[in-house]
Order: sequence, then structure tokens, then C-alpha cells
Amino acid sequence: MNAYFERKYIVQGIIIAAAFILVARLFYMQILDKQYVLSAEDNVLRRNVVYPARGIVVDRDNRILVQNQPVYDLMVVPKDVRAFDTLALCRLINIEREEFQEKLRKARQYSYYKASLFEKQLSDTLYASLQEALYQFPGFFVQNRTVRNYPHDAAAHVLGYVDEVTEGDIKRSNNFYRQGDYIGRSGIERAYEEVIRGHRGVYFELVDAFNRPKGSFQNGRFDTAAVAGEPLVSSLDLEVQELGEALMQNKIGSIVAIEPKTGEVLAFVSSPSYDPNLLVGRKRGNNYMKLLRDENNPLFIRPTQAQYPPGSTFKPLMALIGLQEGIVTADTRFPCYGGYRMGRLTVRCTHNHPPLNLPQSIQGSCNAWYCHEFARLIDNNPRAASAADAYKRWRQYLENFGLGLPSKIELPYEVSGIVKKASYYDDIYGSGHWRSSNIISLAIGQGELGVTPLQMANMMAAIANKGYYYRPHLVKSIGDEKYVPPEFTEKIHTGIDPEHFEIVHQGMQMVFEPGGTAVYSRINGINICGKTGTAQNPHGKDHSIFTAFAPRENPRIAIAVVVENAGYGSTWAGPIASLMIEKYLRDSISRPDYYVDRLLDANLMPEKKKVDPNAETVQN
Amino acid sequence: MYAGSNQQKQRSVFHNVDWLTIFLYVCLVMIGWVNIYAAVYDIEHQSIFDLSRNYGKQLLWILSSFILITAILLLDSKFFSTFAFSLYGLTILLLLLVLGIGTTVGGNQAWIAIGDFRLQPSEFAKVATALALARFLSGNNIRMQDLNTKFLSCCIIGIPVVLILLQKDAGSALTFTAFMLVLYREGLPSFILVIGGLLVALFILALVVPPVYLALALLAGGGFLIYRLRKRRKMITVLSVGLLISLAFIFTTNYLFYQVLQPHQRSRIEVLLKDEVDLRGVGYNLNQSKIAIGSGRLMGKGFLKGTQTKYNFVPEQSTDFIFCTIGEEWGFLGSTLVIGLYVALLLRIVHVAERQRSSFTRIYGYGVASIIFFHLVINIGMTIGLVPVIGIPLPFLSYGGSSLWAFTILLFILIKLDASRMGATR
Repeated sequence: MNAYFERKYIVQGIIIAAAFILVARLFYMQILDKQYVLSAEDNVLRRNVVYPARGIVVDRDNRILVQNQPVYDLMVVPKDVRAFDTLALCRLINIEREEFQEKLRKARQYSYYKASLFEKQLSDTLYASLQEALYQFPGFFVQNRTVRNYPHDAAAHVLGYVDEVTEGDIKRSNNFYRQGDYIGRSGIERAYEEVIRGHRGVYFELVDAFNRPKGSFQNGRFDTAAVAGEPLVSSLDLEVQELGEALMQNKIGSIVAIEPKTGEVLAFVSSPSYDPNLLVGRKRGNNYMKLLRDENNPLFIRPTQAQYPPGSTFKPLMALIGLQEGIVTADTRFPCYGGYRMGRLTVRCTHNHPPLNLPQSIQGSCNAWYCHEFARLIDNNPRAASAADAYKRWRQYLENFGLGLPSKIELPYEVSGIVKKASYYDDIYGSGHWRSSNIISLAIGQGELGVTPLQMANMMAAIANKGYYYRPHLVKSIGDEKYVPPEFTEKIHTGIDPEHFEIVHQGMQMVFEPGGTAVYSRINGINICGKTGTAQNPHGKDHSIFTAFAPRENPRIAIAVVVENAGYGSTWAGPIASLMIEKYLRDSISRPDYYVDRLLDANLMPEKKKVDPNAETVQN
Repeated sequence: MYAGSNQQKQRSVFHNVDWLTIFLYVCLVMIGWVNIYAAVYDIEHQSIFDLSRNYGKQLLWILSSFILITAILLLDSKFFSTFAFSLYGLTILLLLLVLGIGTTVGGNQAWIAIGDFRLQPSEFAKVATALALARFLSGNNIRMQDLNTKFLSCCIIGIPVVLILLQKDAGSALTFTAFMLVLYREGLPSFILVIGGLLVALFILALVVPPVYLALALLAGGGFLIYRLRKRRKMITVLSVGLLISLAFIFTTNYLFYQVLQPHQRSRIEVLLKDEVDLRGVGYNLNQSKIAIGSGRLMGKGFLKGTQTKYNFVPEQSTDFIFCTIGEEWGFLGSTLVIGLYVALLLRIVHVAERQRSSFTRIYGYGVASIIFFHLVINIGMTIGLVPVIGIPLPFLSYGGSSLWAFTILLFILIKLDASRMGATR
């Protein structure tokens, strides 16, 4: 009746064998093969980057110079794109159908699975209308990020600009940056990139099969919050900066004002300038090219990249060196009679002075006095063994004042200026075969000297401080904790003893008194110390230069103004400097309107083309 | 049994039932319910009793199953053998009815709609066929060796298969091949099973390997065997005939594959056998199913934490692909446990079947085991890519009233027959 009973075991065997096969397969899939976990994550995890806001920048009185403005980037994930009404999207974001196809093709080329930028920086209104219709465009989403905004259009060169990272940036940063990130390209955006950029955040989102968000991944355990960049307090005084930019409109040149007690740059004007808002947003590329092609070169940072012979503004420093070297005193008088003559060499003086003492020589800007002094310094310096040795000592003082050296201010591509080494003259004239007469134009700040406007202002700060200065800088403090880098508070000594400054200050103050070169730039009630200068320019009209500090008793501002092709220092640079000083010290201007308007309205732009903004070294 | 008729009446309906089987049944049904909840869970419908959702409905199916169980246990055990053919006939009528007035769901015309309620007669056809086959084979003077018996058995199995195939429900039709196991237990010669297995193997090989190479390999192997067995004439004849049939089969495989199978059936097989399959098209379901299970790892992602099933990457996640939820949320351990429960149930059924004095109950028991076994292997096998995607439910676990009811009836008829085995002598 129950035949084939033993087949029970076969059946049981088949059941167990089949179950074993299933379990073995599961073991392989679930334990051994790890690809399914990755595939699952790829399915459901969407990695969203949260871009931090870059740090804002305020001026020394907390007025906002740079802030952030939200913009919206349209992103696309090619793998999620399905057939949809292409034309509707094209119409919405206002692009051609061909452009659309091209962009989509590029996105596919970049990555099929990863999001890539489709259309960047949509406006608020565009975003609003797009957001409503976005559900019709599978694979597209909007990413929120911020761009820079400059409420005052001022200080473009100081603030710099940001730009999308290049492949090179990404590589250099060890992949810190991702495609589409922004990086500071110039100004303090660049110098403080690491503190101002903040930290990117990331959050993982679960999505379902239709790419609809389904909430956070593991309660956000792997998410990181975006940390906004540190705010920076700029050393600039916005009102003074804006006045400087207004005064320099339609002129080529620079204004640099420094607070001597700290080295903080109060104003930093490079003219012609540009509206920093031009280098933001969708039109950035076009605007940048326009600025780059502009013949007046607005992207050029004149205060640190242009160098000029300092001309007569060099004389206070020459006087100080003479005093420190012990070859002149306050009462030393040199003859003038219209110039300095030595053999066949003549250096003309602008005036026919009687023999002047030291302060008078500054007041009257007597070329002859300084040629005599320089001859004595180089040829008859008891502390030097030879002319070359004396020259080296002289050159050391210049370096002590920051001339011929980069100032290390937070701006890229700064030039160091020109102060030739003794060996340079050895090469020309032969070792031991040159003396003061070969290089006499250096005595009056001409010849082989190149000084940037920043260096001029810094030199003034050192003179105002009676012998020391701080590294000039554009940022007062970093972050909410007001951190100040230690190198900004380090005194740099010039090697000139403090007692020598009083007499030089006296001469510089006399410049604003009757008989001085800047009597028209005086301000009632403020004792300014200053010096006019005129840099000879072989290519055209001379450059107008003025350096000053004020008030004499307690210097709060040191300033250098250079107006290219504007002639005498007393005509343009002096009045501009005095207005800047008054504005900073008094917060208002007492001079009559015609005085200010003359400066504001003047157009000193070169006729037609070609300003060579680079160094003009003048050989006498 | 020693008890008198008075005591008989006072006995509960659960007297003498096989509690182990019932325990395994309840385990599986509950696992199914919980995983259906997990599979279609979403934040908006958190209550597991929400009747608008599949898990809420499944609870209704489960509760009504208990009513069915009670009814079955209340019936006289003779009922099933007596009315086996009648039930079979009734089912055939229903299947015919479906062909006439059936509702098409998912490409299969397999449903009878009564209002909102839809019945799938093919599920119940398995029960009726098992009963009819048991009744037929347990008859007097029925010997498996007789050609007649084989033929009639095949007819009993074949009629519903043909009707179900006409509904275009190849998956359900295929489940009837499970009865081969019953026939085998009752004396079907082993070589028929072996040949069947060989043909399946050849079919797969012919799709993977170019037929010409396969034929050459077969000729070489066959030639070698004939050479070795050259003294035994009878074997040579058998081998030669087998070889010829195999060769013919190989070369008709492509024809069968491309002309007889429907395109979607073909692609389901291709998905399994060929590497370069469009994972977004025909290969999508299988790929997502494998990702769900594979990403479960050892311990699984935890209850309600499976992302692949919950977020609709896996299709049919509460019905045919319910095992994905188990694999993903409970991992290798959970999957193995579920398979272990099935194996325990199947072995218990075989044990129960073998302890019967009545051959009707024994044959029916094997029918139950075979059907559950076939569904288990094909369903789980399809979710992990071992067999082509065939749309049949996982017994007791998959969402669906007809399926749950049919398997419940199938199992509890056996439990009822077993409970009264002492009185039955047939």
C-alpha cells in the first residue's frame, strides 16, 4: 500500500537542497557581494551641497562694503531627465533650443548621474516663476547660493572679486574646491580666501524611485552644517575712500592714506576704477573682458603696481638720512643760486634761493641743497670707506623705510619698486670709478628710483611716527573675535633716531606756510606736514605727487597722492591730499565749493590713448 | 479511537490537529503581514490597521482565513475525498467562467470581479487539482506503472493548466508542474524527472551557448559514453535515442524561444541569462529586487528602514516581491529564518503525509508540499535572480486575498484530514 516509501527521503532531499541553494545565493548577495549596498545608496541618496555664505566685509566704522545676495542656479541630473516640454523651459529661462541641447549635452558629458550646472544665477523673479513650473521638468532642480554684492560700488581694487574655480585651483587645493565653487581672485577676497570662504555643508536626502525627496538620511547623522565665512573688518574709511574716488574721477593715479599708529590703510584709491558689481552674476565674463580691454586699464592696481620716481617728496627722507649720518645739521646751509653745479654737471633748481637751512630747504624744495647734501653723503661720508660703501648705507636707509621692497600688503602682484644696488653702478662705471656726480639725480628723487604710491604713504607714516612704521594692511581684524594677525602689530624701525624728526617736521609744516610750495593746500586749524613732488615723465606731462601727514602733534593720517600727467604736485595732488586729510580728521570739508568742484570736475585723462602706467624711470 | 460519540461531540474543532504546522502557518502569515506593512508604509498612513492600505486589507484576509479554517475543521473529513471530483469540476467551471467574463488585471485575465471583490480561481484550482489527483491515485487498482494512470493523471493536471494558459497566466500554469513530485512519490519512474531536469538544463544551455557548439559537445560526450558502454546493447540504444532527441531539442530551442514564448516572457529569461541587459527597461525589476535584498547585508536595515522597497524602487513590493522587504530590512539572518520556516513547514507536511494510513491524505499531503515548495523556490528564486521573473506569490506572505485563502484552504484541509487520520482507512 505504501510503496516507494523510500522516495520520501528523495523528496525531503530535494526540498533541503533547493532551500540550501537559495540560502547560498542569499549569502553571496548579502554578505559577500558589496555592490548592492552601493547601488542602493546610489538609488536613494542624493547628496546636496550647502554653500556657505562668504564672509561679509565692513569698513572701520562697520559700514558694509561687501555683502551676499542670494541667487539661484538651475541644475540638471541627466539620468533623471525624461521627455518633457523643452520649449516651455527654454522660454522660461530665455534661451534658444539649440543652446538648450548643447547645455544638456555638456551636462551629460560631465556626468550622467551627478548634477551639473545648467543655467547659473537666475534672478529672483525668474526663480519664482521657474519654481512653480519645475515639476514639469524632471531632472532639473534649483540650487540656492549667494553672490557678492557691493552696496557702495567703492574700493573695487581693495575688495577684489571672486570667480569660479579652475581645474588648477581644484588640484592645488587637494580637491577642497569642487567644480562651480567660487574662489577669491583679487583683493582681500583672495588674500583672506581661507577665512572668508567658510565651510561647505552637505546634507543627504533620501529620494524615492521618482526622485521625490523623502527626508533626511539616518536623521542627518552624516550631514554637516555649512559654516559661514568669517566677517572681515576692513581698515578703510568708506567716506574718505568715496571722497578719494570722486576726486580721482577722470584722472589717472592713486591715493593711499595710512593710519601711522597702526599701519591700517584708510583709503586706497586706484583710478580709473570700476564698479565691483560688474564682476558679479551672469554678465561677469563679458564685463571682465571689457575691463581687460579698456585702454586705461581699470583692473590695474596703481597704488601697488605703478611706480614713479618720488621727486621732491623724497627730500624729507634725504634730510633725515643726512641728520642720522651726521653730515648735516638743522643749520647746515648750502648755496643755490638757481642750481647745483659741479664741473659740467648742472642740476637746476626751480627757484633762485639764497643759501637755505634744512627746514627751509624742505619748504622751498631746493634741489641744490639736496645735491650738495648727497655729494657730501656719498663722497665725503666719514662713516663710509668708499662711495660705493656710502651708497650702500644710503640704500639701507631706503630699505628701512620700505622703499625697494614689497610692502606685503594683502594684494596680489605687488611690485617692489626700484632702488638700484651699488653693484649696478659698479657694472656701469666700473668698481670705484663712480661718485655722487654720476648719480646726483637720486638726491632729488629722480633717476633710477621707483616708488609705489603705497610706499610713499608708508614712508610718510614712518616719518610721522618718528622712526618706525607698521606693515600697511587693508584688514583691521578678522572674524567675530576681532583677531588681528601679529605681523600687523610689529613695529618696523627705520634706523633714524627720533630726535632728528622734529626739524624735518618743521620744514614739512612750513611747506603750507607763505613761501612754501603747498600754501594753497593749507587747512586752517590743522598743522599738516607735507611735501610736494613732481615726477619727471619722459612720455608726457609730469606726474603730480603729494605726500603728507597730519596733524603734526599727533599724526592720525599719512597720505600719498599721485595724479599722472598733471604737472606740479602743488596744483592737483596737494589740494586732493588736503581735502582727504580734512575729511578724515574733521569728517567735513571747510573749503569753498569752487575749490572742491575744480578738483572733482577736472579731466586729466590723457588725450586719446596710451598711458604707460608702468615705471617711468627718469635719467637726467 | 476509544472515545465514544458523546465525547466526540464535545471535542473542540482543534482536537488532534498538528499544532506545529499551525504554529509555522501563523508565523509565516504574521511575517507576511508585518512586511506588507513595511513595504507600503508611508508617513501618512502609519496605522497598521488602515483599511485603505494593503496591510489593513491583508489583516481582513487573515481574519477571514481564520473563519475559513474553522469551517474546514468543522467539516467532516470524508467531505474532501467524497467531493474531490465535484470540487475539481466546479473549479474547471470557474476557470471557464473567467475566460468568459473575467477581468483583466496586469495582463492576466484571471479574475472574477464581484463588486469590489475580485477572486482568482486559478489559486483555488491548485487545491481542487490536488484533491482530485489524490482521490484518483488513491483509488483501488490504480498503479502508477500503468500507462492509463499516467495519462489520466496528466489529464487531471493538464486541464486546469490549459485553461489557465488561455488566461495568459503562464506563471500560475507553471505551478502545476509541482505535481510531478507527487507522481514521483507515487511511483513515477525516476528517469522521467531526470529527463525533465535535463531538458530544462539543455534549454538554458542552448540559450547561452551557441547550439552548434553545444551539439558538438553533446556528440563528443555521447560518443564517449557509447564507446565505454559498447558491450551493453540496450544502453547504447537508449543513449543514441536520447542523444538524437537532445540534438533535435537544441536546435528547436531557439524556435521555441522566439516563436512560442511571448516577448515579455522571453525578456524575463534573457534578463537572467544575458549580461548586457537594459537595467532601466526589462532588467529594471530584477535589478532593483537584487539591490534591495543585497543591500540588506547580514542584519538588514531594520524594520521600516528599507529604502529600496519603501521608496518604490522595487515593483509589486507587497505581492510577488514581498521577499525583497524581508531581505532588505531583516538581512541574511531574516531571509534565512523565513526560508528555514518554510523548510520546517514542508518537512513537517511530508512527515504528516507519510504518517497517514489513508493514501488519499498522503497523496494530498504531497500535493500540498509540492505546491508550496514550487511557489517558494520560484518566488524567492526570481527575486534573487536564480529563475526568470514569474508572477506567482510567496505562500502565506504575499499580499492578496485569493492567494492567502487558497493556501490556507490547501494547508488546513491537510490538517483536518490528518486530525482525523485514526478514523480514516481509505
